[in-house]
Amino acid sequence: MTDIAKIAQPSNQIERRKGDRRKHTRIHLSRATVSRDNRRTVGEATVSDPRIHCTDVNVFYGDKPALRNVTLDIGCQEIIAMIGPSGCGKSTFLRCLNRMNDTIECCRVTGSIMIDGQDINDKSIDVVPLRAKIGMVFQKPNPFPKSVYENIAFGPRIHGLAKDKVELDEIVVTSLKRTGLWEEVKDRLDQPGTSLSGGQQQRLCIARTIAVNPEVILMDEPCSALDPIATTKIEELMDQLCTDYSIVIVTHSMQQAARVSHRTAYFHLGDLIEVGTTEQIFTKPVHQLTEDYITGRFG
Amino acid sequence: MNKLASSRPKTIDQVKASLPKRHLSEKVFRSIGLISIIISLMFLFVLFYTIVSKGYTAFQQTFIQLEVNFDERLLDPEGTRHRDALSTADYGGLIKASLSKLFPEVTTRNEKRLLYSLVSTGAAYQLRERVMDNPALIGQTQQVWVPVDDEVDMLIKGHTLRDVPEAERRLRDVQIAWLDQLEAKEKLALKFNTAFFINGDSREPELAGIWGALMGSIYTLIVTLILSFPIGFATAVYLEEFAPKNKWIDLIEVNINNLAAVPSIIFGLLGLAVFINFMSFPRSAPLVGGLVLAFMTLPTIIIASRGALKSVPPSIREAALGVGASTMQAVYFHVLPLAIPGMLTGVIIGMARALGETAPLLMIGMVAFIVDIPSNILDPATALPVQIFLWADSPERAFVERTSAAIIVLLGFLFVMNALAIILRKKFEHRW
Amino acid sequence: MHTLTLVLILLLLMIASFYFGRQRALVVSSGNIRMLNSLPGYYGYYTALWCGIPAFIIFIFWQFSESAIITNLVIAGLPEDITSLSRQQLNLIINEIRNIVSGNMVADMTRPEIAAAADHYRDLQTISDIALLVVIIALGLTGATYALSHIDQQQRARNKVENTILVFLIVCSTIAIFTTVGIVLSVLFEAIRFFQSVPFTDFLFGLEWSPQTAIRPGQVGASGAFGAVPLFVGTMLISLIAMMVAVPIGLMSAIYLSEYASSRLRALSKPVLEILAGIPTVVYGFFAALMVAPFFQGWGELLGLDISSESALAAGVVMGIMIIPFVSSLSDDVIYAVPQSLRDGAYSLGATQSETIRKVVIPAALPGIVAGILLAVSRAIGETMIVVMAAGLAANLTTNPLESVTTVTVQIVTLLVGDQEFDSPKTLAAFALGLVLFVVTLILNVIALYVVKKYREQYE
Repeated sequence: MTDIAKIAQPSNQIERRKGDRRKHTRIHLSRATVSRDNRRTVGEATVSDPRIHCTDVNVFYGDKPALRNVTLDIGCQEIIAMIGPSGCGKSTFLRCLNRMNDTIECCRVTGSIMIDGQDINDKSIDVVPLRAKIGMVFQKPNPFPKSVYENIAFGPRIHGLAKDKVELDEIVVTSLKRTGLWEEVKDRLDQPGTSLSGGQQQRLCIARTIAVNPEVILMDEPCSALDPIATTKIEELMDQLCTDYSIVIVTHSMQQAARVSHRTAYFHLGDLIEVGTTEQIFTKPVHQLTEDYITGRFG
Repeated sequence: MNKLASSRPKTIDQVKASLPKRHLSEKVFRSIGLISIIISLMFLFVLFYTIVSKGYTAFQQTFIQLEVNFDERLLDPEGTRHRDALSTADYGGLIKASLSKLFPEVTTRNEKRLLYSLVSTGAAYQLRERVMDNPALIGQTQQVWVPVDDEVDMLIKGHTLRDVPEAERRLRDVQIAWLDQLEAKEKLALKFNTAFFINGDSREPELAGIWGALMGSIYTLIVTLILSFPIGFATAVYLEEFAPKNKWIDLIEVNINNLAAVPSIIFGLLGLAVFINFMSFPRSAPLVGGLVLAFMTLPTIIIASRGALKSVPPSIREAALGVGASTMQAVYFHVLPLAIPGMLTGVIIGMARALGETAPLLMIGMVAFIVDIPSNILDPATALPVQIFLWADSPERAFVERTSAAIIVLLGFLFVMNALAIILRKKFEHRW
Repeated sequence: MHTLTLVLILLLLMIASFYFGRQRALVVSSGNIRMLNSLPGYYGYYTALWCGIPAFIIFIFWQFSESAIITNLVIAGLPEDITSLSRQQLNLIINEIRNIVSGNMVADMTRPEIAAAADHYRDLQTISDIALLVVIIALGLTGATYALSHIDQQQRARNKVENTILVFLIVCSTIAIFTTVGIVLSVLFEAIRFFQSVPFTDFLFGLEWSPQTAIRPGQVGASGAFGAVPLFVGTMLISLIAMMVAVPIGLMSAIYLSEYASSRLRALSKPVLEILAGIPTVVYGFFAALMVAPFFQGWGELLGLDISSESALAAGVVMGIMIIPFVSSLSDDVIYAVPQSLRDGAYSLGATQSETIRKVVIPAALPGIVAGILLAVSRAIGETMIVVMAAGLAANLTTNPLESVTTVTVQIVTLLVGDQEFDSPKTLAAFALGLVLFVVTLILNVIALYVVKKYREQYE
């Protein structure tokens, strides 16, 4: 754990910056060294009691493969982080999990993603309850152009989760309290969600997601548009939420992955290279590419 | 916290319970959208179907074959062959004579009147033209095809039904019987309606044509083009390339955007007050029509041209300025050549709009009944859409057909112009 | 033709000056172009502009004033008994003279004084034509000579030419303002003259509109004859019906096309909507009068309703059809501008597509849609041909869509079409109506354009 803490320290960022300079040459090197055989996932991809069980997931944009043969389990009540350089397919994988890729016309997914004994890519699966079960938070805060209250009430309303106004109020208040936003916005529930600060907006989006009471929350780089203080708040929030939800987070910041996640998966150019406990990945990476990435030789 | 956790199975059940209703409303919403599209398509189809089905018959006209004896006693009793004598001779008499020869049994005055009314009054003019062209015809007997009256034309084309009681139609039973006889003798035939394309307006549907209106439209559009093309281009270039950012320029922009949405009839009022009353320009002249339409189309052209100029990337200007060109040279030699196709597209669309515009032309008097073909921009004239309006107002049944046919011609022109604009846009479209 | 000849002569002169200016520049540079301030061509343009612009200004001025001056001279030459006639009769005589001159009319030999005046007119015109020709050639040559004498190595011909072009561009760009000013002034002045004979409040709040009776002497400005309320109500009724057709269909079409439709359906439907938008309004008017009105009437008979053949319903529905593509393309633009991230947000919460559209996309696009609808209303109010051909002339004060109503634009057309005195309250009333129409559409447009601008900025 001390090693992780060390990585998470800001002083390490300076070290990484130095590494950045060698970035370009190293990328070419590493590409050259990765042969097809090396692309089998290293580490323990499965868990004993998976919430979501993915087997051989492939994603294509048109004819172009974006993700190859990913096999990975998402456990209950765990935070699993997806790291890797840009364009490695980690966001694509995340969007597969609640079929958000449906909105992209040319996108095609193969393989099986099982939740509660059903393949979510099955034609008979209804995306509405699936997405109610698996919520998502996006990179850029995207509150609806409505009041704070209406933003959170949106989900419960469409799903009919509240019988009356009292129940709805309760859900809104509970969600806001769980995201720690209640104290900050309780006096301006009727103001537009877009009037909040960036960090508040992102927490509003998280509150909006948990108001539907999902089982899994997908977070696509939730802090990349936020300042460090807002980031800290969101990270604390994730820590609390993981007692009730499974959280899958995609992040560019290795410090963030190290700080919040229980397990970490490293993606590289459409392949899942290595999975393991966060401690193991950041201290004793097995695969050369993982080691190169977390030691900051590229990415 | 635990309350939420314990209610978890309940949540997904609630979601599932809400599904049937929501999927239904999804389907309903989607169908409403699809129905809207279908309704729009249907409107277009019904409109075109109506116009075409009513109008295509106007491209043909019923003609009657008469054996005309160009009798010298009637045409030129003095035998001078003088043009004045020939042009004022009684050609109607020739037609009456040949009709009487076809139906010798018709003797009463009343019946004769009915018989003579079967043939268009234009037939006499046609005979006169023949004789004036070739005075040698006098004294000969020839088979001549002449147009029939519009009511007869309507009957032959099936627009007037025979089973209507006699009192409710214009043709008497006896006239229909004559026509049946003529048809049996193959003396009636549908031929291409040349008159529709080469004549000016007329009170008689079978003589009315669109050529006068078309020429009026062409003169009007020439004036519009000469004015709005350079002015529109110049304004767009100035606003896009040279104008500073200040209140004055903002005012101009607001004005242009607003003028684009001002009702066209207001431009007509402007034309009436300024050009006709204040400047005493002639009424009904394509010059004034062109001026008014130029003001009306300017905003369209300016906005489209600015769009074309905007789509030229700034890097091109910077590159030209970078090698020492003046702003004017950069615009003239580098920006304009790239923007011209887009600007021309705007001009064509503006012209298409001007061609279809009617209301402002009514204001400046281009709505008069004008038989002559205008020969310059100061002659009284109508325009094609105004002609359509005038004919649509006429009570004769045959004008319904001709109005539709005129609409087909107008839509044909608009189609060609728009197709041209689209081709131009596609051909020169740059993706930067 | 004479005008065309003059323009051609002027153009030839300019081309010649261009050539001489360029030659002169080459001579001045003594063969070394680099010595010159600008490229030789610019000296050519400079000379050509000096040759053409002054002559052209005089030419335009001449064209506008020629007729008035000649007419005045002819009038001055007419015998006393004609000049002492009233203005109207004098105008008739002038028209007659002009017609004789232009050959449209054969001179009436019984009135030698008119024939003499026509000859006088013809003489004056010939003199004027020759004078104009001489003046233009002289001015062109003078200008060119002046420019040629000023060409030297240091002269900044390019800047001068470019500045002239810039001035031309600026002048062109102010035409938009002059158009607006022209509209306001022409409509306002006539309207004010109208309000001198009919009180403003009577016009705006009067319940009875019967301009035909007001022509009779003694009844000019009679109370109630120019009450425009029935027209306003009729206009609003027809516009309302049009909106009830156009807004749902247009909006839903836009939603379906932008959110649901396959690319094939989109490729098919968009041009169809564009075609609908490009059909001239006179065609819609014909369609309304020929098909839709009898169709409604027929249905009315079946249902036992008495529907007028000029019902507001028929005109309104056809106007609605005309406006569908307008609403749909404007809505399409604003719906397109709603960021995908908002849709993603709603989908990720498990919203169905229609819930996303109804509860997120439409509320987000609402300002833009409202602005689009305002523009559509402004168009409906100002639409002329459909109502002229399909709506009635009688000003019934009713809100029953099955009855015949009349609109502001119909009345403007009826009052101004045909020959009538320009000074009668009847004609002036048309301008008062035009003023109201202009002001109302102006307000709608300005609000709509402002809202659209703000909306665009929000999502840019």
